[in-house]
Amino acid sequence: MTIYNLYIFDRDGQMLHYAEWVRKKQSGMSRSQVSPVDLREGYLTYCTNKYRLHLFETPSRIKFVLNTDAVATGIKELLHQIYTQVYVEYVVFNPMCPLSKPIESELFAARLDEVVRQSPAYASRPA
Amino acid sequence: MTIHSLFILSKSGGLIYQHDHNQPSIDNEKTFSYPLELKLDLQNRNIVVSFGQRDGIRVGHMLMAVNGKKVTGHQLEDGREALEVLRDEANYPINLKFARPRLTTNEKIFQASMFYPLYALACQLSPEPRSSGIEVLEADNFRMNCFQTLTGVKFMVISDPKQSGVDALLHRVYELYADFALKNPFYSLEMPIRCELFDEHLKTALEQAERSGLSNV
Repeated sequence: MTIYNLYIFDRDGQMLHYAEWVRKKQSGMSRSQVSPVDLREGYLTYCTNKYRLHLFETPSRIKFVLNTDAVATGIKELLHQIYTQVYVEYVVFNPMCPLSKPIESELFAARLDEVVRQSPAYASRPA
Repeated sequence: MTIHSLFILSKSGGLIYQHDHNQPSIDNEKTFSYPLELKLDLQNRNIVVSFGQRDGIRVGHMLMAVNGKKVTGHQLEDGREALEVLRDEANYPINLKFARPRLTTNEKIFQASMFYPLYALACQLSPEPRSSGIEVLEADNFRMNCFQTLTGVKFMVISDPKQSGVDALLHRVYELYADFALKNPFYSLEMPIRCELFDEHLKTALEQAERSGLSNV
C-alpha cells in the first residue's frame, strides 16, 4: 500500500498545502448531487485502476484530498487524524498562521509527514 | 441490497439511456403550529428547506403538499402562493409534506455530461502513469460503478455501497446493449436508446443482480 500525495483546500477552494510522498507521474497541468439519498458525512472517494482519491470535508468546508493506491484502507481515519491532530493543533492553534493563506509552518509540514509515515497504509509501500 | 439507477453515456459524453430502478422515496408529513420551526426559501422556483432539520425533514427537501393539497413549484393547487399561505397565522395549525427532490430529465442529462470531464480529469491527476478514469466513486450511502468499453461508451450504475456483483452486471448490460440496441436496424449511434426489448432485458438483469447480490452476502 502507498500514500502518494495530499492536498488541503480552504472553503474558497484555495490550496493551503500540498505534500507529496510517492509520485511517479507528474501532471501536465497545474467534482454534484448524484446520491439518491441524503449524504450523512462529507466523505467521498473514487478509484481508477491505478489509484484511489479520498476527499474528507470538514463542516467548515476545509477539504483534505489524499491519493493512495487502490487498495489502501483506514484512510478516512487518517484524514480525520490529520485534521484534528495536525491541522487544528499546528495551524489553527498557531497565531502566526493566517487561516486563509497557504500554510508556511515548517512544524506543520514535519508533523504531517510524521503522521502519514506512521500510518499503516504508508508502511508497506512497494519498491 | 439495492441498485438505484443506471446511466449510459455515448463516447461524446451525451446521455443516451437512463433508467431509475429502485429510487427510495423519502417523504415526511408533519403538522406545524405557528411560527414555523423551519426556514423555507425559494430555490429554482421550488420551496426548499434551507435551515432547521427535524423529524426526518432535512435541508434541501422540497415542499410537496400543504394540508394535502399538492404544491407545484411555488404555488398551491388553487393558485395561491405557498409562502404567503405559510406566512399567515390564521392558516395554522398546518400540515406540510416534504420530500427529497427527484432529478428532472434535464438535470440527469446535465449530471451525465458533468461526469465526462471528471472521468478525464481523474487520469490527468493520477500520481501513477497510465491510469484509467474513475471506475468506482463511493460515498457514505451510495456507490457508483463505471465501466468504459473500448469504444468509449460508459455504463454507470448507482447502487447501495454494499451491493455486490456490480461489475458483472455492467458487463451484462454491455452485452444487452450490443445485442438489443446496436443490432436494432432503427437505432442510430450516439442517439438515445428507445428499444422495448432492451428495456425488458435490462430490467430483468437489474432484478437478478439485486437478488444474487443478496444471496452472496
